[in-house]
Amino acid sequence: MVTIQVDLYDRLALNLEADLVQMVNKTSAKGVLIDISAVSIVDSFMGRIIGNIASMSKILDAETVVVGMQPAVAITLIELGLPLKGVHTALNMEKGMNLLKSMIDVTEEDEDQEQEADDFITE
Amino acid sequence: MTLSLSKDTIQVFKEQDVVFLKNRVKETAVRIKMGLVNQTRLLTAASELVRNMMRYANGGVCIIEVVSSGRNNGVRLTFSDHGPGIPDIDAAMRDGFSTGKSLGLGLPGTKRLVNEFNIKSKVGEGTVITILKWANG
Repeated sequence: MVTIQVDLYDRLALNLEADLVQMVNKTSAKGVLIDISAVSIVDSFMGRIIGNIASMSKILDAETVVVGMQPAVAITLIELGLPLKGVHTALNMEKGMNLLKSMIDVTEEDEDQEQEADDFITE
Repeated sequence: MTLSLSKDTIQVFKEQDVVFLKNRVKETAVRIKMGLVNQTRLLTAASELVRNMMRYANGGVCIIEVVSSGRNNGVRLTFSDHGPGIPDIDAAMRDGFSTGKSLGLGLPGTKRLVNEFNIKSKVGEGTVITILKWANG
């Protein structure tokens, strides 16, 4: 689980990408939860990093959920033309955790469909 | 008629300058009481353009202006560099076009985020991009 507490500049974002993917591998994590509630702008570069983290984790067998996106950021991302396809999102940390659990262990939870309702980008 | 009320010139050549520039743009937007969503649009647009300037031209100058037209106030940003220039502006303004390895959303995406967008570029001389975002609108 990572929370981003500052507005990232480019190098920091690249480091985060590398560190996260390394940690996924080292700890054989099954899920990555990124809290971006403190991030006030996501531009195409940051969006690409988030997408990269999700796809890199995916091929290392971990699911990624991005939580806490500010409404203004969501508006900007869509207008920019960056729908963050393939990235799971949830409104807050708790819902994100539930979503992750349902994705990792589908056999335990049959009604993982309802989690979809929490997606506010892919709704 | 659009009046310029204040003018602020910032050199951007290092990564720290980028952070400083974003903060100044934000301060300016807050000062003219721009709404949060428009602030985010403006900052994201600025972030795209300043990245282009850093990546393709190794930096440049940004002018931050507060402009006024009637009752409406806005922020105008002018990014000028002495980089290689853009040979085909029409292509650069298309979604998905990139000479680097990025997504190619920077310029067309930026245009969608702001109210006015102007680009002038000459190969070998540099690029000047002006964007304007009104506080309401």
